Amino acid sequence: MAVDYAALKKGGFMRQKQKNNFSLRLRVVGGNVSAVQLAKIAEVAEKYGDGHVHLTSRQSVEIPFIKLEQIDEVKAALGEGGVEPGVCGPRVRTITACQGEAICPSGCIDTYSLAKELDTRYFAKELPHKFKFGITGCQNNCLKAEENDLGIKGGIKVKWRESACIGCGVCEKACRTNAITIADGKISLDESKCNYCGRCVKSCPTEAWDTTHGYIVSFGGIFGNSISKGETVIPFIEDKEKLLAICDATLAFFAENAKPGERFKFTLDRVGREKFAEKILEVYNG
Amino acid sequence: MAELEYQIDDSVDITDVVCPTTFVKAKVALEELDDGQILAVKMNDGEPVQNVPRSIKEEGHQILKLLDNKDGTFTLIVKKVGD
Ligand code: HEM
Ligand code: SF4
Ligand code: SF4
Ligand code: SF4
Repeated sequence: MAVDYAALKKGGFMRQKQKNNFSLRLRVVGGNVSAVQLAKIAEVAEKYGDGHVHLTSRQSVEIPFIKLEQIDEVKAALGEGGVEPGVCGPRVRTITACQGEAICPSGCIDTYSLAKELDTRYFAKELPHKFKFGITGCQNNCLKAEENDLGIKGGIKVKWRESACIGCGVCEKACRTNAITIADGKISLDESKCNYCGRCVKSCPTEAWDTTHGYIVSFGGIFGNSISKGETVIPFIEDKEKLLAICDATLAFFAENAKPGERFKFTLDRVGREKFAEKILEVYNG
Repeated sequence: MAELEYQIDDSVDITDVVCPTTFVKAKVALEELDDGQILAVKMNDGEPVQNVPRSIKEEGHQILKLLDNKDGTFTLIVKKVGD
């Protein structure tokens, strides 16, 4: 039987060094897997694999030692537990996320909801090369946003609300960038030093800050054979619709300008970051 | 802004421990108090003063003031709230 490896790979089947064995990559979004899915994954690994799974570096689950002739059976079995194969190859990959605002006290954005939204929008979208999104909830950067082709980091833009302030002095010390100084009962905020970490408002006993939750986006990260961190080209993004428009424009720019098999960073290097910045600023200001 | 008035009922020194024990020691001291009583918590500059006030806030207590002792330590004034 002639094996169409490209089609298999598209469907998440990774050829193993052991002949006719495949490691099946599963579709995971934002690093969350339900108990029902886990039980089904365990059952399939026992029955069709060799009894173990591998957790990938980008929050996916792979079931190794799946036999070529059982692929359809395996897919059907996984489907019963709401588990689908993931993707490999030149397309949008697993959207990764930290736990974010829904769980983590430091979180500035709901990373999981955003991951689901991006997954719905872009799952398996074909592109000149792989394209990775990563979403981290705050400056602690547990999810390492800048490793990704497009990294999203949650932040909070703050504005002191004098009427609610009790002058306790906690925020001045909670701020790690020394953006806050208190003198004569007044707070001054040096916006050039603020990194939107939200530590001031989260530590403030009276929440004496007006807040805008938003996004800091980095572009062109790569962490494989070449290593380079993604860079920001636009200021803090204050609303989600704008963020999505920027993601759309980035993928469109990549599709239009990249050579086949060229990662986003190298497209930016070749075509010019200024050209990309110009496009994205247009959307940002639009 | 309006500063709050307070009278200290008890105090605890957490400068001899490191995170996460800092917060644990402060929490234990707060448990000894009655609702509405005031605790003074002495802590080191750096990680403790960056993080302990927030942890105490997240436990539901009310922070009144952070005093700079000008010797590399700070004193946090906390009002105990409920259980
Ligand atoms: C009041 C108690 C604690 C506070 C205030 C605290 C605070 C923090 C903060 C702010 C960070 C982020 C650091 C950064 O990225 O700059 C952090 C990271 C971390 N904390 Fe804690 N923590 C506490 C207790 C604990 C406990 C009990 C453990 C484990 C026994 C722990 C283990 C860790 C680990 C493993 C990291 C990740 C470090 C990294 O990835 O760089 N922490 N903690
Ligand atoms: S990046 Fe921030 S929000 Fe996400 S898990 Fe880490 S501390 Fe929490
Ligand atoms: S958001 Fe973070 S960096 Fe900005 S003022 Fe508040 S604590 Fe400082
Ligand atoms: S932490 Fe809040 S109440 Fe305390 S000084 Fe800062 S803004 Fe004012």
